[in-house]
Formats: sequence, C-alpha cells, structure tokens
Amino acid sequence: MKTLLKYAQVALVVLAIAALLAAPLVLKPYGIFVLSQWAVMAIAAVGLNLTLGYAGQISLAQASFVGIGAYTVALLQPFGVPFALAFVAAGLLSFAIGWVLGYPALRVQHHYLAFVTLAFTTLVFLVMRNEEWLTGGIYGISNIKRPIILGWSTVKPVPFYYFALGMLALVTAIVWWLLRSPWGRAFTALRENPIRALSLGIDTRRYTLFAFAFGSALGGLSGAMHAPLVQFIEPTSFGLSLSLTLLLMVIVGGSGYFLGPFVGALVAVIMPEWLRFADGLYLIAYALLVLLLMTFCPSGILGLFGRLANLIETRAASARRQSLSAKLDQKPVSS
Amino acid sequence: MPVKSIRQSLLLAGLVMVGFAGPALADGTVIIPDVIELSGAGAVSGTNWRDGAMMAVNEINAAGGILGKKIEMQHFDTQSNPGVSRAQVQKALDLEPYVILGPIFSGSVKVNMALSQAAEIPQIVGAEAAEITQAGNPYVFRTAFGQQFSMPKIANYVRDGIKAKTIAVLWVNNDFGKGGRDAFTKEMAKRDIKVVADVSTEQGQADFSADVVKIKAANPDAVFVYSNEEEDARFIKEARKQGLSMPMIGETTLLSQKVIDLAGEAANGVQGHVSLSADAPIPSIQAYAEKFKKTYGYGSDHNGIKGYTAVYLVKYITEKMGKFDSKLFAQTLHGLTVTPEQTPGILMEASWDANGDIDRASFLAEVINGKQKITKILPKLGSK
Amino acid sequence: MSAFLQLLISGLATGAIYAIVAVGFTLIWQTSQTINFAQGEFVMIPAFFVLAAMKLGGLPFWAACLVGLAVSVFVLGVMFKQAIVDPMLKHGVLPLVISTIALSLLLKESAKEFYSSQAQPFPSLVPSVDLNLFGAVISTQSLLVLGVAFVTVGGLNLLLNRTRFGRAMQATAQNRSVARILGVPVERMVLATFVINGLLVAIASILISPIYLVKFTNGETLGLAAFIAAIVGGFNQVRGAIVGGLVLGVVDNLSAAYISAQYRGAFPLFLLIAVILLKPEGLVGRREERTV
Repeated sequence: MKTLLKYAQVALVVLAIAALLAAPLVLKPYGIFVLSQWAVMAIAAVGLNLTLGYAGQISLAQASFVGIGAYTVALLQPFGVPFALAFVAAGLLSFAIGWVLGYPALRVQHHYLAFVTLAFTTLVFLVMRNEEWLTGGIYGISNIKRPIILGWSTVKPVPFYYFALGMLALVTAIVWWLLRSPWGRAFTALRENPIRALSLGIDTRRYTLFAFAFGSALGGLSGAMHAPLVQFIEPTSFGLSLSLTLLLMVIVGGSGYFLGPFVGALVAVIMPEWLRFADGLYLIAYALLVLLLMTFCPSGILGLFGRLANLIETRAASARRQSLSAKLDQKPVSS
Repeated sequence: MPVKSIRQSLLLAGLVMVGFAGPALADGTVIIPDVIELSGAGAVSGTNWRDGAMMAVNEINAAGGILGKKIEMQHFDTQSNPGVSRAQVQKALDLEPYVILGPIFSGSVKVNMALSQAAEIPQIVGAEAAEITQAGNPYVFRTAFGQQFSMPKIANYVRDGIKAKTIAVLWVNNDFGKGGRDAFTKEMAKRDIKVVADVSTEQGQADFSADVVKIKAANPDAVFVYSNEEEDARFIKEARKQGLSMPMIGETTLLSQKVIDLAGEAANGVQGHVSLSADAPIPSIQAYAEKFKKTYGYGSDHNGIKGYTAVYLVKYITEKMGKFDSKLFAQTLHGLTVTPEQTPGILMEASWDANGDIDRASFLAEVINGKQKITKILPKLGSK
Repeated sequence: MSAFLQLLISGLATGAIYAIVAVGFTLIWQTSQTINFAQGEFVMIPAFFVLAAMKLGGLPFWAACLVGLAVSVFVLGVMFKQAIVDPMLKHGVLPLVISTIALSLLLKESAKEFYSSQAQPFPSLVPSVDLNLFGAVISTQSLLVLGVAFVTVGGLNLLLNRTRFGRAMQATAQNRSVARILGVPVERMVLATFVINGLLVAIASILISPIYLVKFTNGETLGLAAFIAAIVGGFNQVRGAIVGGLVLGVVDNLSAAYISAQYRGAFPLFLLIAVILLKPEGLVGRREERTV
C-alpha cells in the first residue's frame, strides 16, 4: 500500500512536470509569459518558505532581495559579465546581505522580526530610487538582454520559459537536498522547539542565520531571473507590496509544505489573470477569494489537503480497527 | 505523508493544465485593446483615459463604426506595474489587434513598446517621458506633448512672463515627477535662471510644511510645482497658510479643475502652461467636457482627452487609408496633420512628426476666481 | 526659529492623526493579536460612507457623519471581528495577516470601483482659519485633530485604568484564560476593542479628510505610519500610541527639512529599528514578561 502511494505520488509529479513542459504547445505568448512569471516568483517563494515555513522566521524583506538580485544582473550586464556569473553573484550578494540583516533575527523574534524586515524593504526601495548614479533611480534600467546559455538563445518567449523552468528545477533540487541534509533537519528542529534544539547541541544562532540568508539568496536568484524576464526594472516593483505578495504565496500555498510555494505562486500570479473576465472587479474577486481561502483553510491549500488526507487515513485506520476488534470480539466466542 | 504529497501533485497538475483562452471575437469588428492603469498609483489617470476612449468608441460604433466595422475595445489593467503591463501588452498582441492604446506610465511604456514594435502594431501611448520617442521606434505615438516639448514652453514663460531670476522646483519623486523636474531644470540652466531650492516630495504625502519652510528660506522669485492633483492641492494650501507670496507656476496638472476644486480659494493666482485642457476655450473641447461629465459623473482631465482623441485618430487614419493595415497605419501617421474639420473628434488640430511626437497648440493660463482662465494661446511649434 | 517652530507644530498636527489611528491598532493587537494590515484602509473608507450618505441619502453633513460612524462601527468593528478575525484566531498570527492584506486590497478596490477613482473634497467640521502662534501658523483643523487625539487617548486611558470595564479589558489583553477564570466575559471584551477601533478610525477619517481629501489610495501611507507609531510608542500601552504618533510626525518634518527630503521616508524607519533593537517595549511601553 505504502509503495503504491509512493509510485502514484511520483507519477503525479511527473504529470505536473509534463504539463509544464507541454504548456507552450497550447499557450500563446501571453500565457507563456505569465507561466514564466510564475516560475520566477516561485523561486523567491521557495526561499521564503525555507525562512518562514521551515526555520520559522517571518521575513518581509524578500522583495528587497528580489530587487537586489535583479539590479545585480542588470548592472553587471553592461560590463559583459556572463549571465551565469551574474546569477551566482546575485545569489551570493543576497546571501551576504541576508546574513547581515539576519543578526537582528537573533535579538528579536516573531512579529518584531517582521517589523525590522518591513523597514528594511522600504529602506532598500529608497536607496534604489535615490541613488541614481548607481541604479538609474526612478527611471530604472531598460533594455536588459536575455542571456545566451552555451550558444542557446533565450530571447524568444518559449526558450526563456524553459530556461526559467530549468532554473526553478535547479533551485528546487538544491532545496530538496538541503532539507534532507542534517542542516535541514536542524531547521525543522529549530522551528518546532528552539529551546530543545539548543539543548540538543544545535547552534541555533548559526542555523537561524543560515536559514535566513539562504532564503534571501533564493530571493536574489529569483530577481536575477526577473530582470531578463521583464527586461526592465525600476524600484517600485520591489517595494513592500511584493514582500506581502510573497508572504501571501507561502501562507496561501501552505507554509512548511515543500510544494506549498509552487501552489501559492500559482494563486498569486495566475489567479488574478484568470479572474480578469470579471473586468473592473477582478481584484475584488481575487481579494475575496484569498479571504475565503484563509477562512476555510488557514493552514493553506496544501494544509487543507493534508487535513483531508489525515482524515481519510484516520477513517481507514478506525475502520480497520473496527473490523479487527470485531474479529477479536468474535474470537472468545468461537474458542 | 504520501497521500498528502499525491494531493499536492494532483492539484499542481490540475491547475497547470488549464489554459489561457482569450475571448472569441466576432467578425465585422476591429480589435483595439486598451492597456491602461486601472488600479494602483496610476488609477486616476488611467480611469480618465479609459472613459474618454470608451466615449469615443461608443460614439463611433453608434455612427456605424470604422469602415463599417464596429470597434471591439477591451481594457487590460496594468496595475501601474511594468511587469504586469508587459504581460497585458502581450495578451493584447495575442488577440491580433489593429492598434494598441496605452499605457500612460512611462516605465510601463518603456517595457512594452519593444513588444508592439516587434509585432509591427502601432501603439498610441499617454506617456510624456522624453526618451520614449527618441529610441527610433516607428510604432510608438504620443497623445500629448513629451516633456522635451512642454518644458521649454513653461521655461519661456518663467523667463518672459514672470521674469524670474531664481526659482524653486517642487516635484513628486516618481517617474512622472522626476522626468518633469529633470527636463525643467535643464531648460532653466539654458535660460540662466537659478534653481535655488530643489524639493523632492513623496507620492501620497500629506504634510507639506517642511517643503514650504525650505522654499521660504530659499526665497525664490517663483515656485515651479510638478506633482499629482491631490499633492498639488495640499501643497498650494500649505503654501498659502504659511504665506508664501511668490507666484506658483505649473504645467497642466497644477492648473486643472481638479486641483482647483480640491484646493479651493488657495488655488487662485496659480499660473502656468497647459498642454491640453478640458477647460480650454475651444467649443469642441467644451462640448467634449460637458458630455464626459454627463456620461461619467465627474469632470475629465487631460488624460480623458488623450484617450478620446486617440480613438478618433485611429478612425481618421483608417478611413484615409481605406483599409485596416497596421503597418501602413504607422507609416501614414508619421508627418501627418489632422484637423477638426477632417474629423471633429480630434478636437484640436494636431500633427505627428517622424518620431511619433505630437504637436498642437497649447495655452498659458491663470486661475482666477476658482476657474482656469486661458490668457494666451501658444501656436503649434511647426506653424511658426 | 519660527521655521523650526512651524515644523514642530505641523509635525505634531500630523502626528496626532497617526496617533488616533495607532491607538486602535494597538488595542486590537493587545486583545486579539491581530496585526491589522488594513488599518490604513479602515481610515480611508469611513469618509466614503459619509460621502455616500450625503450623495445617495441626501443627508446633511452632520447626519451623514453619524451614519458614517455607525456603519464603520458595524462593518469595520463588528463584522471585521466576526467574519474575519474570529474564524482565524486560533490558527496563529500569519493567516490573519494575509487576510488583512487581502482585506486592504478589497477595501481599496471597492472604494475605487463603487464610488470613484477621483479624489473628492470633504467638508470640514470647523471653519478653516489659520492662527498665528509666535510666527508659526496652525489651522483650526489641525488644532481640532490634536485636541481630539489627546481627548481620545486620555479618555481611553481613564476607561482602561479607572473603570471595571477597562480593567476587565486589560485582564483580557494580558491573559485570556486567567481572565476567563476570573469571570471576565472575554468575548465581549474583545468585541468591545473592535468596536472602539471602528469608532476611532471613523473619527480619524472625518477629521483628516478635509486635509487629505477622500481617495482610495489614502490608506497606504497612513497605515504604515500608524504601524510605526504604534511600535515606536509601545505596542502594549494606549498612551504609547500618542507618543509614537507625535514623535513620528515631528521626526518626519525635521528630517525632511534639515537632513534629506529624498530620504525623508527613511528616518521614521531608523527610529523603528532603533526602538526594536534597544527598547522593544517601546518608548513608554511596559516591559512584558512573556515574549509571545
């Protein structure tokens, strides 16, 4: 039974991936662009899920890291730095800044960390807007080129889409591996019971910082993909509202579930597009939907499915127990 | 755990399978999508533009359409966000449109004008940043002066009308305000007028006392105010409160009826240049403004006129060509002059140059007794 | 000197607005751990209720204000608690945060779609007269806001510390289960704070709309400012909100005038970070024993 479920699970993931791969066959360039946006935003959401869902730190700074990554790529481009290098630089820079910002995470916890990171997001926005010599100021940076990877041009929508999917897959694989390493197990221990984790000899300070910085680095990588996707960046895109949207992705998808951010990004990026048939009311419909979703499944979409699955399992177990106890009841009679 | 994961994967697969089908469109219509700011910071301008454009569409469709085809106009909200605007222009292009209207935000136009250029679809935009028409894109057209045209006019007025030697610039720190401030400052330098205070303000700022204190300390001969309507109004009120006595000069927005309504008496005495105005003493524009107010319950600003005239421009050119041809449309519009005699909906005579920049008459105005009063009509640049 | 005085007085007047908004924010945080990301929109909306009552109901201004107060107490107080906060409360802070984010979008878009995207003028409760004070100018409107802020906070302080009702409310805020054991009707106390918040945002809305004008985006800056004011002043004290609000208004003006206008938004944030790192209970807050 267990192995069968395992096979079915693998089959479904494969099916989802196949659907993503086959999407360009049915979708027009607009659909491809929106799906590419989904893939790029999912990278940042996966990062935030690591910080929040696994390490339990509420960060509202993720938009800044997306911005820092995007500006890194856009600013390095005129110097002829290859994309791969700029991409790595974006991740490393975000990691470093995340590490430094993470220090307050040790002093303050929970909602106070959210407030500090909220302030950080607005401060980074102000720097991006005001330091025109570096960032181009409010005008932003236009004509960002899409990269050519080993002779393969990603200029057209479909190749870029596959490129974005590839990067998302890469990031997903790294996070998958990380969570199964001793590091990842320490994250979870940290979230569940920091005091116990400490007493078990886990250096909570280092792990908290690492979780925060690694999540931030993924934000930077997402930004590094965002710049060539839109081919134009300007500071207002990386303000508080993006941070809140990313938080929404993680919570709505199901914080702490591995596939949560993928579903959450689907809701935040693609749902408003689906609702556009409602014309002027589409954002109202979207807001209502999120409200309803939170009311009926506060642990997120995957949390709801998790609950349902648990329910089914409990039912099955109690049915088994009943039939077994019935047999047990019968035994004394027959013996 | 395995069951949970299955549900997760199933959900993912299911959601992803659903496509993005556009609405099917009937024959006998011409598709003109309108990609515009309907939510976020640009919603005020975008709503005006949308309503102006729809008024024109309804008029034209009621009169039989363009060459017998009805206009099918859908509105695509950019949320005032460049990334979203790019997706929406892509969506509009997927409909295989004839012409695209909008957006207004310069940042958004910079993102997506390359897309319509690649698709060879003309894009009639509301943006005013100078660089948009200087990138050699043959498919982008303006509906109002670029800042490189409006700022010299207001600069001449500051030099010749006000005779100011020093000036303070108060601007809103977004791409509209910064663009205007940069273009204006350049024109001031050319005319040897010294900018003695350069005051950046925030979008949505409520308290302008610090800004007025700064300007007061610099004591310039005049103040140039370049912000959005509400902030303009709040600034004027604070300036009057603190007794700022030098003339306040503006470009289009500062003299709009909206600012006058919001600022009340404090707006009296404000003067400047108006590129395009629903208050212009031109019968066609006054008729337009009246009908707009009746239809939508609020007064049109210049963005309403931009949207309205853009649709009539499409009609005129198409009828001139005698067919629907996007590529030829762009070629025809370069170097063309359209007059109200040819098509009344254009409201005022206007010409487009080889870059897609527009030229038309504009006004010097002053606010007197709560009304915008046109003091002088400046002729088209080309007609000198 | 008169310039400095002007900045100080204007800053206090703006800060008083932040204070009123921050008080309600603090109250509902204390009793129900709700971080209301829609608080700014809560202040934006009641002015629309008033305008709608005048335009559609044909009511005179004072009656429309009463209608506005009543509707916002019901919608932003009672309904907000029953429909949104209650079902999610037991699931922790985060789902509720997301809901209030969605709610802020809902309120903004509704005001825009169902009323107007254009800024609307709003009548003033008092005639606008500018008074001269040692070379600085203050309008009667600003004085009214300042007065109301102090009266509200003073009144609330009295209510909380001097009445049975207030002490029951405080008990609810400090420890729900103990309060329940002691016979405090906890549910009713929580509801009361939401009602007070609904009343406060409506008062704030009516006071500031003649100055701010009525527009769907008004809540964006205001919500953040109230948020910062509440934390700077002290999340667990009502009087903290007024200290936080006033400090914020003055810091904003002084930094814009004397340090950098382009970075004026940064100084309140520096203040926020400094307070969180050095004195997390806020400038006048009480140190809490429990950390969550």
